[in-house]
Amino acid sequence: MENTVLITILAAAVTAGTPILYAALGEIICERSGVLNLGVEGMMLVGAVCGYMVAVRSASPWAGFLVALLAAGALAAIFAFLTITLRANQVVTGLALTIFGTGVSGFLGKPYIGIPLPLSFKKAPIPVLSDIPLLGPVFFSQDVLVYLSYILVPLLGYYLYRTRWGLNLRAIGENPAAADALGVNVFALRYTYVIIGGMLAGAGGAYLSLAYAPSWLENMTAGRGWIAVALVIFAFWDPFRAVLGAYLFGGVDALTYTLQASTNIQVPVFFLKMMPYVLTVIVLIVVTRHTLAKRVGAPAALSIPYDREER
Amino acid sequence: MKMPAEDTTAAPLISWEKRLQPSPVIAVLVPVLSVFLALGLGAVFLAFTGFNPLEVYQNMLHGAVGSRYGFSETIVKAIPLMLAGLGVSVAFRMLLWNIGAEGQFYMGTFGASWVALSFPELPFYIMLPAMFIAGCLMGGLWACLPAIPRALWGVNEVITTLMLNYVAILWVDYLVYGPWKDPQGFNFPLTVSFSKAATLPTLLGTRVHLGLVFALMAALLLSIVLWRTRWGYEIRVTGENASAASYAGMNIKRNIILVMFLSGALAGLAGMSEVAGITHRLQHGISPGYGYTAIIVAWLAKLHPAGIILVSFLFGGLIVGGYSVQTSGVPAATVSMLQSAILFFVLGGEILTRYRLRIGRKGGK
Repeated sequence: MENTVLITILAAAVTAGTPILYAALGEIICERSGVLNLGVEGMMLVGAVCGYMVAVRSASPWAGFLVALLAAGALAAIFAFLTITLRANQVVTGLALTIFGTGVSGFLGKPYIGIPLPLSFKKAPIPVLSDIPLLGPVFFSQDVLVYLSYILVPLLGYYLYRTRWGLNLRAIGENPAAADALGVNVFALRYTYVIIGGMLAGAGGAYLSLAYAPSWLENMTAGRGWIAVALVIFAFWDPFRAVLGAYLFGGVDALTYTLQASTNIQVPVFFLKMMPYVLTVIVLIVVTRHTLAKRVGAPAALSIPYDREER
Repeated sequence: MKMPAEDTTAAPLISWEKRLQPSPVIAVLVPVLSVFLALGLGAVFLAFTGFNPLEVYQNMLHGAVGSRYGFSETIVKAIPLMLAGLGVSVAFRMLLWNIGAEGQFYMGTFGASWVALSFPELPFYIMLPAMFIAGCLMGGLWACLPAIPRALWGVNEVITTLMLNYVAILWVDYLVYGPWKDPQGFNFPLTVSFSKAATLPTLLGTRVHLGLVFALMAALLLSIVLWRTRWGYEIRVTGENASAASYAGMNIKRNIILVMFLSGALAGLAGMSEVAGITHRLQHGISPGYGYTAIIVAWLAKLHPAGIILVSFLFGGLIVGGYSVQTSGVPAATVSMLQSAILFFVLGGEILTRYRLRIGRKGGK
């Protein structure tokens, strides 16, 4: 009996962690290239709403998912233009992107509140794997977007650490002037990775509206984009560690939800809802002190616009 | 959109050329033009969603300044933006990205309400100063929570200040849905009304309250502190060059905490004047995002106190105008979209104050 409760919570942790994971992976790529995009929350919301609108109209969650990637990518392209070409302050531009994304998604989504989704991403257990005890129900009885994230993480890790392209990506984030001198097109690559990062944030948003809680609600991300940004620091800019963090936060989400539903616990729901945010703050403090001691840190050129004349 | 691959042997056809001195004319021109460009972009959006943009804007303008009532409401909405915007600006000046004004605002409403609800018998000359202090103190202390780890270990304050916004809002929700709920309030999430002594005086039968004086005084004091005191000098130097400030023997850690306290206290004061001046009780959703709008206001005003007062009127007008067109079906989110679009154009245009766009190759022909 207790076992099934545990499995339910663990499985829910993976589900709840997936949107944060997608967004965090996107932000890792973006920050590794030397660009700090704090607009994750806004891009997730735009991804969620655009995905939902298209999925409702076309009755195809996949079409919605693709449009979510494109819409969030377009938003990231605006950010890239402002910060890379026009060298605007990355922190404030990211905030602007979040406020803009919140506004645009509220504007576009208004007619879709309460409209049901004809077809969402449903749980699709993988035949043999889902029969493995514990691991099966937790990891292999999920929906297809969760499986996609399982493939994405090692792929990204391989790309980042084992390919020449990944080397260039890390180089433009650590020392863009040196990379430039070696013939790497810093501007073009930063554009590319900011946009890819945005698309992944959009995927995270679409996961919320098309799979996790198939519906559209204003501000439905509820700070998950910011938690994803915190997670990047927690993960030391490493995709594999991001998985760990995402499922940890997903676990808190799931636990909060379970505690809310159970009747014999008398903690007011408001305090339960505070948990993910308080946890983020505490984890960030602990991890930052740790990085200070171990001297692992952000990409050296993070949030510094690249200017050829000032190298 | 990709940059054209640059050829290193020949100068590119279009390039940025650094100005010897930032252009003051363009520094003023950019925000003004940005407002109009954003309205243009908003018009495209409105037109696409089936509204007549000219009509919408005309109604917004009429709603915001077309009547005595509308104009006074514009001021009412500008007051919290001024106070929170001043708070945000002082932190931003030191490159402390305090985006927790929203939460600090909520904690200010909490502090002031606690005084008003716990000691309803106090006479106004004790009540109002006590609420003032409690509001500032709660907002300031709330900002210290992220400030201390930032000062000691460099913990990213963008994330911590933002996370604490959610916590502060949930805390106030807990109170107004739980222990502080008005038993005669038909189950609405609000407290009982404050006593008469706990309400700020208003101007000539409008809702414009004493908070306006607080805001104007705060702007004046902040200008004096920034440009006439040693501490203000330290804030400005630290923002421009932290390592130089450190070599000059300034105590940066202490200043981080003090500046964040001041920043939070101003946002808390905004919260205090909102409960004491407008709602006269604590209630769910007391701020429609003033703390976030304040960030846009502060940046648009180039962090300048007088500019913040001015821009706050504009944004107060946008909020009131937005309310007045909601009845005709224009989504509430239009206003926040317009506000952030203005910020986008300002951010994009700022490069023009430092650089000029050069078309054609260097050195003639």
